[in-house]
Amino acid sequence: MSIIFSIVVDGVAYGMILFMISVGLSITMGLMRIINLAHGGFALLGGAAVHVLSVRLGVPFWIASFTAVIIVIVLALVLERLLYRHIYGFGELGQVLATIGIVFLMIATVNLFLGSTILSLGAPQSLTAAVDLGFKTLPLHRVIVILAGFIIMASLWLLMEKTRFGIYLRAAVDNKVAAASLGINTPRVFLAAFAIGAGLAAFGGILGAELLPIEAYYPLRYMVLFLIVVSVGGLGSIPGSFAASLGLGILDTAGRYLLPGTGTIFFFLAITALLALRPQGLMGKAQ
Amino acid sequence: MTSGLAVHGLSKNFGGLQVARNLTLSLPNGARTALIGPNGAGKTTFANLLTGVLKPTSGTILLNGKSVGKMSESERVRAGIAKTFQITNLFRDLTVRENIRLPILERERRTNKVFCHSDGIPELECEIFQLLEDLALTPLADKPVRGLAYGQQRLVELALTLALKPKVLILDEPAAGVPSTESHLIVQAIKRLPADLSVLIIEHDMQLVFEVANRIIVLVNGAILLDGTPQEVISNREVRELYLGADHG
Amino acid sequence: MTNATDQVSIRRKMGRLAPVLPALIVSVAAAIAFILFPYDLAFLTRIVIMMIFVLSFDLILGYAGIATLGHAAMYGCGAYAAGLVSLHLASDPLIGLLAGAVAGALIAWISGCVLLRAQGVALLMISIAVTMVLQETASQARWLTGGADGLAGITVSPLLGMFEFDFVGQVAFVYSVCILIAVLIFCCILASSPFGLALRGIEGSASRMRAIGTPVYRRKVTVYVIAGAIAGIAGALAAQVTGLVGIEVFNFSLSADVMVMLIVGGAGRLYGALVGTLVFMVVHHIAAGIDPFNWLFVIGFMLLIIVFALPKGLISLPDRLVALLRRKP
Repeated sequence: MSIIFSIVVDGVAYGMILFMISVGLSITMGLMRIINLAHGGFALLGGAAVHVLSVRLGVPFWIASFTAVIIVIVLALVLERLLYRHIYGFGELGQVLATIGIVFLMIATVNLFLGSTILSLGAPQSLTAAVDLGFKTLPLHRVIVILAGFIIMASLWLLMEKTRFGIYLRAAVDNKVAAASLGINTPRVFLAAFAIGAGLAAFGGILGAELLPIEAYYPLRYMVLFLIVVSVGGLGSIPGSFAASLGLGILDTAGRYLLPGTGTIFFFLAITALLALRPQGLMGKAQ
Repeated sequence: MTSGLAVHGLSKNFGGLQVARNLTLSLPNGARTALIGPNGAGKTTFANLLTGVLKPTSGTILLNGKSVGKMSESERVRAGIAKTFQITNLFRDLTVRENIRLPILERERRTNKVFCHSDGIPELECEIFQLLEDLALTPLADKPVRGLAYGQQRLVELALTLALKPKVLILDEPAAGVPSTESHLIVQAIKRLPADLSVLIIEHDMQLVFEVANRIIVLVNGAILLDGTPQEVISNREVRELYLGADHG
Repeated sequence: MTNATDQVSIRRKMGRLAPVLPALIVSVAAAIAFILFPYDLAFLTRIVIMMIFVLSFDLILGYAGIATLGHAAMYGCGAYAAGLVSLHLASDPLIGLLAGAVAGALIAWISGCVLLRAQGVALLMISIAVTMVLQETASQARWLTGGADGLAGITVSPLLGMFEFDFVGQVAFVYSVCILIAVLIFCCILASSPFGLALRGIEGSASRMRAIGTPVYRRKVTVYVIAGAIAGIAGALAAQVTGLVGIEVFNFSLSADVMVMLIVGGAGRLYGALVGTLVFMVVHHIAAGIDPFNWLFVIGFMLLIIVFALPKGLISLPDRLVALLRRKP
């Protein structure tokens, strides 16, 4: 009983982290049809910025985290304008290559200044404290991660369904050319979506550092994981990413608890089978 | 059962939308049939049902008495049903000659051969040469297709399909986008086709239709409105109102 | 008609020698390298093996247009097969190569039947997932593969019963170059064959290939199996030359590197695979030698420059320069 509870809690927390990091990737891949292998780099840069601010400069953790997310968003805006804009027009392979190049540069930069060891984020001790839920105790960190995941899902839902930007974004995901002909400024929608996605990745990277430790090779190490979430969920689908993140998070955690060793094999076999049967993912549009 | 292509009760629904309604017609060997109708009448859908790009909701398609309904697209081509594309669909990085070589090699079931040269069979190379001559493409033979003018690409499109030597040939707007100075090449090529071949031409250009077709089928809203000789079609009041009216009004 | 046959026969005579030329260039270059860098033979051998591997990837990506990120699957299976055969069955190197080719072809056939039905991102992801499954299997099946420690102490008997593999690596280098030349000649023959033309047709327009009657899926599986066999040979060579096989043979980064090398050189042209591999490996070697941590800067910038300035790869550099010079005056 308690093992099932642990699997669910850890799996859901893990899934929430995956969701926060991957949802931006899903939107950009659905919207701009770009295979962005550098997305995990934004999580790394967020984590690295927190490390510098809190551990080296002594800024309180929460302020450091907030600042780091802002820094990453600004950086994403600059990168979009300077680089990504041109990359949208490349073929699939050009995109893979260009974004791998960007990943390498991000890794090398972090490595140059901070080295290649695991970076501590200086999170307060209170995060590891246990919270009593009445019937069970949980580490506070898990509670915060799960709550944050739900809050972000809810705010993304509000953003997509209730705001003008959301309507533009959905229209552009659905049909870029038609949206542009309706007078929607699609380059600006792209820019905003890209920056939001990068900011969420940074936030997810910071919150998830306990599960996916921040170090220079982070974007390469977890690239496959994020891409799997996106393709299983379906490109461009926020609920799809959410479902895929939770499902894969629980599946992966269950595999580690119940079948240590062979669990990963079943994890990847399940993904292969699912994508072979539904190439468009759980909630993606059929091509 | 007559030889050629016979279609019986062919229907196709997309959700609630019926794009082909109970189509029954035969395209015997040697026929030169034109399929006309206003935009959205279901002409290209019909062609796609014949070639296997789309699967019909109901109905049968027989080629020389044998059902092709279960065959995949490439199996139907091998059985003898070939079509040109309305929007040119060519191998843009290959030369004109290579473009034509591919369907010929495929027709001869040779594209699985590794240990021979793709231009190693003199008879086939002569056939390519002849096709290039027929369509006045010889000067362009060794240029990549991406560098050709659109009208020239239409000719290559036709050449690719002719190279398959089909029994039933479906031409989806063969002259669309071809400058008037070159459209006679297409008319000539169609007129020169083997006599026993069954040709179905989907075309907007009425002059071309009257020049090559001896039978015209008028399609409206996925159903056959009229099936007759060019004279019958031209003198039919309903067709004039519906088709010509819709097209020109 | 005489005109036609004349023309045809002239065209046929050219191009007959095509496969010989690259083989000649490779042997001359290898001989020069052998004389100039006698103490770097191990590194040169690695380059040669990588060239074989990248050539196999060129067949599926460059010719047939199938983009995968899991080509290490076939390489790794070939390496394990050759290692296991030489440890348990026969130490003859050529038998090991055969085992590698069979293992690579087999895994390509099994995985290809699933993944070649998919396209785009799903295809990329399935190919990655297949490699992950293999890597985890290799790390779990300790009784067979040695798990995370890998297979060690792989020894092979003298080549053709005559040439003992030496410590400097002279025999290993010559052996690898000979295999590279054989693979290159095979790839040249394939590229100019009807099958090769059909692959370029599939790359250009799969829908048109279907419309001329080609069973596109079957052709894709065929080329995937052929490329798998060659990748298996590359893996087998690596196992024999280094005497080691570890689970890193299935690393994602290996599949990514192969793609990078091919596109850096220029996909769809066999020379591109060779040039790309050479440049990538040498730049890696030098940059990592100067500063092992920051070579990623070099490769990162190199990739961006190539994608932005030379989208058809280094092999198109001469053409681009000529075009630039022509435009100036």
